[in-house]
Amino acid sequence: MIMAQTQTQTTAPTAPVFELIEVEQVFPVPRPGRPFMSRDTVGLRALDGVRLRIAQGASLALVGESGSGKSTLLRVLLGLDAPSGGRALYRGKPIREARAFGTGFARDVAMVYQDARGSLDPRMTVGALVAEPLRHFGIVPKGEEAARVAQLLDRVGLPADAATRYPSGLSGGQIRRVAIARALASEPSVLVADEAVSGLDVSTQAQLLTLLRGLQRDMGLTLVFITHDLGVASYLCEEIAIMYLGRIVETGPTDAVLSHPAHPYAAALRAAAPRFFEPIPEPLPGEIPSPLDLPKGCRFSSRCTAAQEDCRLRDPQLGQHGAGRAVACLHPLTETGAQASEIR
Amino acid sequence: MTDMIPSPILTLTDLTVFRGAAKILDKVNLSLAEGETLALVGESGAGKSTIATAVMRLLDGAKVDGKAELEGAGDLLALSEKQMVTLRGRRLSMIFQDAGAALNPAYTVGRQLITVLRRNLGLSKTEARARAVELFTSVGINDPEGRLSAYPHQLSGGMQQRVMVAIALACNPDLLLADEPTSALDVTIQAQIVRLILSQTRARGASCIFVLHDLALASQACDRIVVLYAGQVVEAGPARDILEHHRHPYTQQLKSCVLEIGTRELTAPEGTVPPHDRMPAGCRFATRCPRALPRCAGEAPPLIPARDGAESPLAHHFACWNPE
Ligand SMILES: Nc1ncnc2c1ncn2[C@@H]1O[C@H](COP(=O)(O)OP(=O)(O)OP(=O)(O)O)[C@@H](O)[C@H]1O
Ligand SMILES: Nc1ncnc2c1ncn2[C@@H]1O[C@H](COP(=O)(O)OP(=O)(O)OP(=O)(O)O)[C@@H](O)[C@H]1O
Ligand code: SF4
Ligand code: SF4
Ligand SMILES: [Mg+2]
Ligand SMILES: [Mg+2]
Repeated sequence: MIMAQTQTQTTAPTAPVFELIEVEQVFPVPRPGRPFMSRDTVGLRALDGVRLRIAQGASLALVGESGSGKSTLLRVLLGLDAPSGGRALYRGKPIREARAFGTGFARDVAMVYQDARGSLDPRMTVGALVAEPLRHFGIVPKGEEAARVAQLLDRVGLPADAATRYPSGLSGGQIRRVAIARALASEPSVLVADEAVSGLDVSTQAQLLTLLRGLQRDMGLTLVFITHDLGVASYLCEEIAIMYLGRIVETGPTDAVLSHPAHPYAAALRAAAPRFFEPIPEPLPGEIPSPLDLPKGCRFSSRCTAAQEDCRLRDPQLGQHGAGRAVACLHPLTETGAQASEIR
Repeated sequence: MTDMIPSPILTLTDLTVFRGAAKILDKVNLSLAEGETLALVGESGAGKSTIATAVMRLLDGAKVDGKAELEGAGDLLALSEKQMVTLRGRRLSMIFQDAGAALNPAYTVGRQLITVLRRNLGLSKTEARARAVELFTSVGINDPEGRLSAYPHQLSGGMQQRVMVAIALACNPDLLLADEPTSALDVTIQAQIVRLILSQTRARGASCIFVLHDLALASQACDRIVVLYAGQVVEAGPARDILEHHRHPYTQQLKSCVLEIGTRELTAPEGTVPPHDRMPAGCRFATRCPRALPRCAGEAPPLIPARDGAESPLAHHFACWNPE
């Protein structure tokens, strides 16, 4: 379950895998109009008050427009960057500490990058690429290495002879499978993937998605999956978090959020998803504002068709909105009785 | 059904493309009616981009046979490069999948658009600039004057794609080839760009070929759909026929892979397209087809009308010995 939380106590045994509490990530960038290397900088808020809980065994889709902060959030989860504000916890401990202490974190949390081909050394065979994490984490004795590589390749649907091939001889779909096999080698309990199936044709995509769903079910993997395809999110993930300009604006069970979105931006995403023989809907008005120049009040107010006067004055925070759901909107599209008033 | 056959603007006859020994396209026949929007769909490597680039005569290092007749210009494949230069941009133009790569990073987007306008329409500098502002406005770019002096990297992916649309439409072509113009973009931006391309081509009475992966989007945007498998047309016809009354097992497979919101069950197809040196001599889908018959691997099925007598090249056709 993912829940927005205003207050949190973390006690070790029940601690979620990840918990983000008011996480901020501010990048210094040159003041607009200044040259690239200028020392005259302003802060770009790539993450602005992100609240998120990811429990063991959960599957979470992270969606949002380009530039909404998905990859930045992932880097915080992986401990690659420390957040500039707020707390980012892994099983109750600060992620950066967990990462610095031994190999436990790196073994437990595996990553599949969007640019799978770029993330693999082209001079290594597929077998060597998959064996590398086995050796690094000392997963199996040397004598069993080849057998384990074969087992992993089989698990991701690659032929056994793939072990002797080089990445350049593999198709886009096969490359993604290698990246997944490599990620699974350390026997992780958490798999984090950035657009792992985008840019593939529908047949290959279907093969990878059924593979990931099977892995999740059989190995009880916790899955964090960035995608811009709502169909993919809805197939693979029980939970969804929708981001807009550095903030999670709606989160909850995928089916509930997509069938009855509460945030106007979630509704716009839902409406824009292609549907057989339906007319292409009217797009959202305007452009995504620059994160350096956010609208006053609600950050979605410059494009929101449901905006009212107070939306320009108050910045809505993510607050509970019905069972397991949370929304950051002053005038959500769905009512949930008593709880709806809590956020006012 | 009316039997009035609109005059085709583009007719491909037995278009065949070789790269070395590999037959990348195998006798592709395809017609595009005036004002029509057509989707090319199929797995990666099926030859969708090859068709579009062959029509533009921008295919490098390949041997091309057959004909590609553009109404009023004759067989494009038989023209000299010099003649093609006068047609590109004016009669036909192409939007590439990756706008970031198609735009020159060293020049402002305004300069790139203005160059096209001056070269193809012979406009003066001031006229071209005014027309560029108009075009940017018509493709929904806010602050068009300011954006003319932006370099490609200063624009978001969606903005870059709008610039590409503006450049492609600058000289009012009759035929627009759009190769996956939106697959790198988010759904809200994708919907905007597709609407934009459709409204701009319809307003000009132009025809359009879209290369798409998403069948649902194809049904929303296109009148007809052509399904390609391993360089061959396996089924073609009006969008509803293809999506709701398809006959070819491969079309069925493509459709079963579509994920709509709420799809919880998905059966992934087995296997992959065979490499060119191991392609079956008969039906190229035979290695993966659940309905294959003994004759399929050896004998190539011809493309035949789905309804007796409906011979128009625009009508529903399929190529299969054992159709659904
Ligand atoms: N290292 C950095 N320095 C400065 N700004 C950055 C940096 N990394 C990200 N940003 C900015 O932070 C914002 C969020 O970027 P991020 O890459 O997280 O978005 P995203 O949601 O992953 O987008 P996409 O879908 O395009 O991958 C953007 O405005 C981006 O330009
Ligand atoms: N420059 C090239 N050199 C050699 N082979 C090529 C080249 N370009 C394409 N091919 C081959 O031609 C075939 C058709 O490629 P094409 O790019 O037309 O496919 P596509 O249907 O557009 O696929 P995608 O959906 O991946 O864009 C593929 O087998 C591909 O490997
Ligand atoms: S707070 Fe107001 S502007 Fe913001 S999303 Fe809700 S209704 Fe729209
Ligand atoms: S011709 Fe045979 S192998 Fe080819 S699609 Fe039809 S049934 Fe399948
Ligand atoms: Mg990203
Ligand atoms: Mg292509």
